[in-house]
Amino acid sequence: MTVEDLRELAEKEQARQAEYEHRILYCSSAGCVSSGCDAVKNELKKAIGELDLSKKCEMIGTGCLGLCGEGPLVFVSSGPTLYQHVDAAAARRIVEEHIGQGKKVKENEIDLNDPFFASQKKIVLENMGKINAESIEEYIAADGYEALAKALTEMIPEEVISEIRKAGLRGRGGAGYPTGLKWDIVRKGVADQKYVVCNADEGDPGAFMDRSVLEGDPHRVLEGMAIAGYAVGANQGFIYVRAEYPLAIDRLKTAIKQAERLGLLGNGIFESHFNFRIDIRIGAGAFVCGEETALLRSVMGRRGRPKVRPPYPSEKGLWDKPTVINNVETYANVAPILRNGSGWFAAIGTQKSPGTKVFAIAGNVKRPGLIEVPMGIALRKIIFDIGGGTPEGTKFKAAQAGGPSGGCIPTEHLDILVDYESLQTVGAMMGSGGMIVIDDTSNMVEVAKYFSEFCMDESCGKCIPCRVGTKHIYMMLDKIVKGEATENDFDLLKELCVMVKETSLCGLGQSAPNGVISTVRFFKDEYLSKLKKSAEGNTHLNESSSVPVVKEA
Amino acid sequence: MSVITFTIDGEQYSAKEGDTILQVARDNKIPIPTLCYLEGLSTFGACRLCVVEIEGSPKLFPACTTKPTESMVVRTSTDKLKKYRRMIVELLASEGNHQCAVCVVNGHCELQDLAYEVELDHVRFPYLFPKKSLDATHKDFVIDRNRCVLCTRCVRVCHEVEAAHVWDIAGRGIDCEIIADLNQPWGTSPSCTSCGKCVRVCPTGALFDKGAAVGEMQKESGFIKFIVNARNKHEWVRTAHEEE
Repeated sequence: MTVEDLRELAEKEQARQAEYEHRILYCSSAGCVSSGCDAVKNELKKAIGELDLSKKCEMIGTGCLGLCGEGPLVFVSSGPTLYQHVDAAAARRIVEEHIGQGKKVKENEIDLNDPFFASQKKIVLENMGKINAESIEEYIAADGYEALAKALTEMIPEEVISEIRKAGLRGRGGAGYPTGLKWDIVRKGVADQKYVVCNADEGDPGAFMDRSVLEGDPHRVLEGMAIAGYAVGANQGFIYVRAEYPLAIDRLKTAIKQAERLGLLGNGIFESHFNFRIDIRIGAGAFVCGEETALLRSVMGRRGRPKVRPPYPSEKGLWDKPTVINNVETYANVAPILRNGSGWFAAIGTQKSPGTKVFAIAGNVKRPGLIEVPMGIALRKIIFDIGGGTPEGTKFKAAQAGGPSGGCIPTEHLDILVDYESLQTVGAMMGSGGMIVIDDTSNMVEVAKYFSEFCMDESCGKCIPCRVGTKHIYMMLDKIVKGEATENDFDLLKELCVMVKETSLCGLGQSAPNGVISTVRFFKDEYLSKLKKSAEGNTHLNESSSVPVVKEA
Repeated sequence: MSVITFTIDGEQYSAKEGDTILQVARDNKIPIPTLCYLEGLSTFGACRLCVVEIEGSPKLFPACTTKPTESMVVRTSTDKLKKYRRMIVELLASEGNHQCAVCVVNGHCELQDLAYEVELDHVRFPYLFPKKSLDATHKDFVIDRNRCVLCTRCVRVCHEVEAAHVWDIAGRGIDCEIIADLNQPWGTSPSCTSCGKCVRVCPTGALFDKGAAVGEMQKESGFIKFIVNARNKHEWVRTAHEEE
């Protein structure tokens, strides 16, 4: 395949699509699959067949359309119109009335000028609702693999890295490490073999950003990884996907096969000397394997346990070779940056955190779903304009950002700007992009207990503070929830949280107490109201402690 | 080989390239408590007892894996570090069934020594009283998992020095356990050579000689360094330091 071949393929596909007056794109992501999009798909197909409209329209399974709470969703390109709550009957009406007679089905239509859509800025999710998730031709028709072609034919690896650095892209997995810098370290590493790894072990409760990208636009991730491979001098990539994402795994497998068949992965890509192959590794259900050193060990077939850094993976990663490891969303940003230039990307978002961020909004919110917003947007805008606020009759209490490792942001900080640094000032973190909205029907101590139970269950058990500390944090919270704890217990809990945070080995333990620390900071009253008054004559010792050992003189 | 000069607790020390903070501290008799660390074995960095402060960073660093850099300023025994170390030992004490009075290593136990060192006079956390298993199927040795602190010295010595890899870890988090082979009785393990290295290096009474009564079992972890040195450097004489 040459660059000319690629463009020819793109034009051919664009011409094919132009033959149809309507493109019916039904959401085929896991969310809509579980709300019944298969029945919708069958009915659409049946209706198109019966009414003999197959020359007028084509039907495509596409990526996540965003408004997951209102699924199954169907998008019709003519109009353009987005339909919600589509059941079999509605599907038939869409075909009969919209396609057949050119009349929109008003009952199911969603207003596309709604702030839910208008406040978003799509880079990573640009192909959602546009292309068939299982067709490489459609990806190519939407400028796919154009960036890889540009990198391989017009740029030297240093230039690719320099573009990424100038764009200011930061790791979307949560920590926000500059991607270009990471690539540069790996490129400069002297080794006979280097690797590119994609972290798709998304495990935060309520988070489904990476899954949606893999399910809806897998080629974008492959292209980003191949560009990374070229930039750092690696010829092998691994995608580590959790086993709980079977649809994403299927789509990735299909995508890799398609790319190999067209010569976009494999040897001599675009007739250059660059070889790159990608293999999938499937996780076995451990949350801690999202931690990069544990993930790399798991890729190598070893027990997924973190190890002390340094050395960092960029110096000694897979089989002790320099390894780039980035998150799905980070790779998904690479191709658009090369296509549109670093200046274009740097102009979006804030100066320190350029670009956009994908969030999965869930919890007590009217419109849960998948959104992409420019960095630096106010949290209030995300929750109230896009998410529609909390359900009728309830009041917003807090937003939990950053998964179990993140913190709760209360009402008084609603105007905080969503970027890496700002979120940290209130004890939350960007994390991978899970955002759980909590209203006043929830008790914050119970919220903290829920997240601490998650961390306890997912602790790998290697280091003592996390293994034993998370157990005691959970037990103490349970005691508080049951109304059996005293002020001494509460003080000890606070002390323990700080210790676990500061001494744990990896990110899981270091952030496991965040949920408690942030709820104690902003919702202390809820804790205090559940405490027992300490008994009269209590000594300085904690009630729960054992008989003290007399210290030797 | 370049020499690095840096500061530990206000005094200047020099380190060879590749030395860790802990090695330099040990060479200069600066006490830093450790548990999972054992000279001769690979570093594990998991007990977190050796964490130190480094000026200019808000984080704590394990001395056993952190290498000093030129003019680094290290603090090994601030009040905060002492508090955290005490708490880590406190967590360990609550995690297992550590009844010193009836234990084979009473008086020769590294966990007991640590408890004295960090002045652990009482435990504020509720005891978890685990119901873990005891395996006495081996002809010479016993493993009592209730006394295990999961330092993995046995795992590492078996893999790295004896090259048998009998031991490994099963389970996750608080349910972690040391198992023989694919979790079968130790006595039936075809890979175990009965060399006893794991028993010698275990810091507590979790691994012990069969038949040892209370307070009778003496551990001998220093010999691992001798074996490794003998193999790598062909030094066949044991120094007094190694026999400690």
